Amino acid sequence: MIYFLFAAIKAGTPLLLGTTGEIVTEKAGNLNLGVEGMMFLGAFAGFYVGHHTGSVLLALLASCIMGALGALIYAFLTVTLKANQTVSGLALTIFGTGFANFFGQIMIAGTEGGVPKLPDGFMARLAETPIPLLGNIPVVGKLLFSHNPLVYVAVIISVLCFIYIAKTRPGLNMRSVGENPAAADAAGINVTAVKYIHIMLGGAICGLGGAYISLINGGGVWNNNCVNGQGWIAVALVIFASWSPIKAIIGSLVFGAFSVLQFYAPKDIIDIPNAFYVMLPYLITAIVLVISSVKKSKEHTQPAGCSVNYFREER
Amino acid sequence: METKRETTPAIQLSGITKTFESVIANHNINLTVHRGEILALLGENGSGKTTLMNILAGIYKPDSGSIAIDGNPIVIHSPEDANNHGIGMIHQHFKLVEVHTAADNIILGDKKLGTFLKASRRERIKELSERYHLHIDPNKKVYNMSVSEKQTVEILKVLYRGADILILDEPTAVLTPQEATRLFEILRHMREQGCAIIIITHKLDEVMAISDRVTILRKGESVATVNTRETDVHKLTELMVGKAVELSIERPPVSHDGNLLEIHHLSVRNEDGVDALRDVTFDLNQGEILGVAGLAGSGQKELCETLAGLMKPYAGAVLYKNENIIGKTPAEIIKIGISMSFIPEDRLGMGLAASMSMVDNMLLKSYNKEKGPFLKRKGARALAGSLVEQLQIVTPNIDTPVRRLSGGNVQKVLLGREIESNPNVLITAYPVRGLDINSSYTIYNALNQQKEKGVGILFIGEDLDVMLELCDRIMVLCHGRITGIVNAKETTKEALGLMMADAAEKKEGKA
Repeated sequence: MIYFLFAAIKAGTPLLLGTTGEIVTEKAGNLNLGVEGMMFLGAFAGFYVGHHTGSVLLALLASCIMGALGALIYAFLTVTLKANQTVSGLALTIFGTGFANFFGQIMIAGTEGGVPKLPDGFMARLAETPIPLLGNIPVVGKLLFSHNPLVYVAVIISVLCFIYIAKTRPGLNMRSVGENPAAADAAGINVTAVKYIHIMLGGAICGLGGAYISLINGGGVWNNNCVNGQGWIAVALVIFASWSPIKAIIGSLVFGAFSVLQFYAPKDIIDIPNAFYVMLPYLITAIVLVISSVKKSKEHTQPAGCSVNYFREER
Repeated sequence: METKRETTPAIQLSGITKTFESVIANHNINLTVHRGEILALLGENGSGKTTLMNILAGIYKPDSGSIAIDGNPIVIHSPEDANNHGIGMIHQHFKLVEVHTAADNIILGDKKLGTFLKASRRERIKELSERYHLHIDPNKKVYNMSVSEKQTVEILKVLYRGADILILDEPTAVLTPQEATRLFEILRHMREQGCAIIIITHKLDEVMAISDRVTILRKGESVATVNTRETDVHKLTELMVGKAVELSIERPPVSHDGNLLEIHHLSVRNEDGVDALRDVTFDLNQGEILGVAGLAGSGQKELCETLAGLMKPYAGAVLYKNENIIGKTPAEIIKIGISMSFIPEDRLGMGLAASMSMVDNMLLKSYNKEKGPFLKRKGARALAGSLVEQLQIVTPNIDTPVRRLSGGNVQKVLLGREIESNPNVLITAYPVRGLDINSSYTIYNALNQQKEKGVGILFIGEDLDVMLELCDRIMVLCHGRITGIVNAKETTKEALGLMMADAAEKKEGKA
């Protein structure tokens, strides 16, 4: 049971990063369906830099930058050129996936034996290590304080985003832009700048989520198609978490649990095809959508200005 | 014309011009406001009041003209610029973030506050609300507020920014009379504190009640500025509607008798739950053009949409051959034998599908009469072609999307399609708005032809000169009530103007 929950946390971390990134983006009024693409970009950049330099810090930095650059394309299309947000996001997903697989294939072809690996020292620095003292607590220590460092980074990022969104003035500006850009504009907030900054910040966080997949889940070896739909689960999780990074922590744990359930479910008692477990997260999202649309809460829902481009002189 | 003042005006606008594509919204407008003064900006719908104020608030950029504040010429690039110059605008449609509290809406955009939001941000708001007697709970969420509370938040918002030049765009449109009275008290209080206030309105009673001076706009130009004390409702009406102009529009006499529609005691509430039409009773005869005049927002839109079956009245009946058509769907109404054509104000929104060609727009009205699953474009093509000739529609070809046509040609397409369906009732709202003279006359002729065929036409208009010459009878609406139905040949522009302002006088009498 502990192993199951431990694996759930591990599997939920990239989802948490993707979700947090998308929440930041949507709170600024842009629905970016390119999460999958940005995670792919981050996954490749992280792995490539890690593979060549052996530096964890540089690898993570590269994944953030690539994610943000992917988001920049999207921001330019939707904010500056006022292109349709859904289409632009989908295009980013297709682009990111293709980019990572194309250069991933080149990397495979360029490596002896055809298996690009991360240096051993690199992997050691990202290994699961118990935190001193806290890690020694029975059960809880193993469950919460014996993870790889990126798990903590993800949780800290989510908490920071929550504080930023809810408690700071720039966060208030950003929420206002997302809810009612005309009101924010009239209040003297630079709507374009706020959107660019947060779309790119969201992209950077998504990119980091991608790096987690290629560096940790990949076990040090590059796989094409490594993100494999987790970006889409993150988009669904945003709804599940009702646009709160704190709820996203719980949400990603739940979704992470579903995604590893197939390996831990007692097959001799309940024999269900694996496809059923793969479907579960989406089923839950559908149920959450139904519940939230019945509740009709004004606050814990998609920002009112989301997916609508803002043009000041519109009549 | 103006009392002597030693101070330089708080705001001086000179020669402001702004065009939207082909429409001239403002043309060479001059306007001044002093501190400690309330200026009313008066004008009919479409006279350019809101555009002018949006220029001042930094929402639109003027094509030409200059703005000076306290004598210093400035250029306003953005709403933030406007804020920095002490200009605050309270928009007709509130610019508030619904899910935020009053306090968060008020402090929004204040760069002097620290990075973290502190509870103390409410202190200054409290202090302000006490100084100006504006009472508000800073922690209340906007979506839980009444319209009047939201307006109070808007006012506090601009005061919080230190604005001393306030622009209010039709602030009383959504308020109850009591709330409006309270708003006026607030405004007078602000005037005493030295604010310069511009209030946009087309309600004459409000102009008389609150303003020191009035600037009147007509068709995008500033016609006159008068001291409120030296004028009255009659003079203002005259300035607002303008002098009678000879247009020589034909009015063929028609000898059809019998009424088509009888409207009895129709009462309608609008989306906000306010009475938009009250106890409206009239007949529409065969072969006549019945004009509907009134200041903007007097219930014209609701009248059209109720007759067209788009809105449901809460009382009253519309009789066609003694059968009530209220509550019937448009399809059922057609079955009874009324073919009603509604030419809405919003041509490309409600009337036509903008990205479809003329041919396909013709089909929209006729496709369901055809049999079989496939569209037959042949008839529609022929119809589109003949309309282009008859109404002199300027278009590259009949397959061009209608949104690429100019406003006048769009209107012709719409009118042509409706006429071709052989209606016996035709409702048309502002059919010549934004059209040039020639296009307007084409429309008038087309309407007259329908009238000669015995069609009953309801003509919602804004230009009284046109209505006086084109219509047979004119019905005047004021605040949702009929204030008179007159024979167009026997009335004058002044008489109509007074009927349009009817309620204003009654209120004055009471006060």
